[in-house]
Amino acid sequence: MAEEEETELSDDQKKGIAKWFLVNAPAGEIQYVSKDLKLVLNDDDVYNEAASEAFPVYNKSHLISLKMPGGFGDVLVTSYGELQDNEYLDPKTAQVAIVDHVKQACTKVRPATDEELPSAYVEEYRCALEAEILKYVAEAYPKGSSSVYCTNGKDVEEPGSDFDLVVVIAAARLSPQNFCNGSWRTIWNIEFKDDIQKLELNGKLLVGAHYFEEGNVQLDTKHECRDSTMFQCVNNKCSDLMLPMLLELMCEYRIRSPDDTAISVANLIRRHETAYMASLEESYFKLSDNTFKDLRRKLPITRTLFPWRSTRQFSLKREISEELGIGK
Amino acid sequence: MEAAMGLMRRMPPRHSETALSALLSLLPHNSSDLLSQVDLPLQVLSDDDSGKRFILCEYNRDADSYRSPWSNKYHPRLEDAPYPSSKLRQLEIEANDIFTVYCDQYYEGGISSVYMWEDDNEGFVACFLVKKDGSKTGQGRRGYLEEGTWDAIHVIEVGPEEETTRYCLTSTVMLSLTTDDVSSGTFSLSGSIRRQMNMNLPVADGHLCNMGKMIEEMEGKLRNSLDQVYFGKTREMVCTLRPPSEVLPMRLPDS
Repeated sequence: MAEEEETELSDDQKKGIAKWFLVNAPAGEIQYVSKDLKLVLNDDDVYNEAASEAFPVYNKSHLISLKMPGGFGDVLVTSYGELQDNEYLDPKTAQVAIVDHVKQACTKVRPATDEELPSAYVEEYRCALEAEILKYVAEAYPKGSSSVYCTNGKDVEEPGSDFDLVVVIAAARLSPQNFCNGSWRTIWNIEFKDDIQKLELNGKLLVGAHYFEEGNVQLDTKHECRDSTMFQCVNNKCSDLMLPMLLELMCEYRIRSPDDTAISVANLIRRHETAYMASLEESYFKLSDNTFKDLRRKLPITRTLFPWRSTRQFSLKREISEELGIGK
Repeated sequence: MEAAMGLMRRMPPRHSETALSALLSLLPHNSSDLLSQVDLPLQVLSDDDSGKRFILCEYNRDADSYRSPWSNKYHPRLEDAPYPSSKLRQLEIEANDIFTVYCDQYYEGGISSVYMWEDDNEGFVACFLVKKDGSKTGQGRRGYLEEGTWDAIHVIEVGPEEETTRYCLTSTVMLSLTTDDVSSGTFSLSGSIRRQMNMNLPVADGHLCNMGKMIEEMEGKLRNSLDQVYFGKTREMVCTLRPPSEVLPMRLPDS
């Protein structure tokens, strides 16, 4: 450390370091990090190059929400809605947002083309699920955004083939004046498996929080879970006159209901996220009395303050040992 | 330098080593400032003479060698290295012995080291260090933590010996902890805080007693504020993002 050689870093190395700082910025803090980083780097070319590569990564992983011009509401920047480097689909409004990553702003919108949108069949499921998720998010998150994307099989026209939808829920709270920022992100991948009439859910839940008044403390959590449900069908309101055999036959051709399927999926998501929130509360609850104790106790094993004595020099240690009943 | 410290304040504390080495390579001319202002998780070496482990820091370093508080020898060996005066070394030996007992009491394990050296104004400086691995594979007795470290650095400047002597304490605690289970995934908190405390105390009570009480009080305060304030604020944030469903207006019992 003392007489380390001062080898000049190459521009590529500097860029790599700069990207590391940007990508590791806590939720909502990349602009602050970039301001400090520019000063530390003192090299605009390297900074600009690093920023142009790091911001898109950060924006997508933090699922940032940007206001679209023209009263279209907000668009989520996610890899699931990414059409090109700076074009993001907002499925709700069927608009495509043109995004300036470094400024973290949406500069323009254009209507999505037919090729960019799912088929009418898939859209029926997507749209139904979106409506249920919007309802749920409005209830559960004071400031949440959500989007439902079709990530696989968007051109499936009718029953008989599989397709995937992804539900993204993001909530961020930025309060730099109170030295506190945080974000909640959940991503649910839902596979609609046609042949077995089953929907398989894979959820990823991520929560982060940063408190930095005279210190730097960060929370970072990650949880993954899975669940499944069936394609829901329109309730069979047949009369009693129907023969049971006929009923059974009808089951094969029961009419699937996108609305009821959406309700079933949204309920599962709600249940898992509520349980996860409860488990976070539980972790915090255990922290102070149990978990933290393995690092340092609040009080010594004797439950009284350490007997520092007003004695001099050597006798001190011996007396303390006697008092604690250890050693000789 | 200010911008560099700004970055350190925002990067995840568990990546502080990576962040510092990145800054050192970007700002080679500020390396001594950076090294003195940024605290990093403590490193440990084994003292072959005593068989005990000791903690490395700037205060027991000379060139690339570190002095062990147990044998008073530099590792690796070093000619013409600085040592505390024999009087101060006596106090250092004693402080190490007592601090070991103190750490057993509060940390149920962990490694401690105390270093002392004369300063320029007829006083001395003492540095008390603790490192605890509280993970279930380390010294976490209860086995709650997948990963858990606590590093404490206490530097006390002791003024010239008078009837009441001035003690200036600067303490830093760095910690990280992670729990992991199937039903709730990984939950991890990491952080660092630094605080100061100044006191004028009667020298008749003994330096060790005075310093020890200050450190004990400070550690208690730091632990408490991490637990209650810092962790509490992150919890508040989570509850703002997604209010727990149980938060319904609760009726207080009439008293």
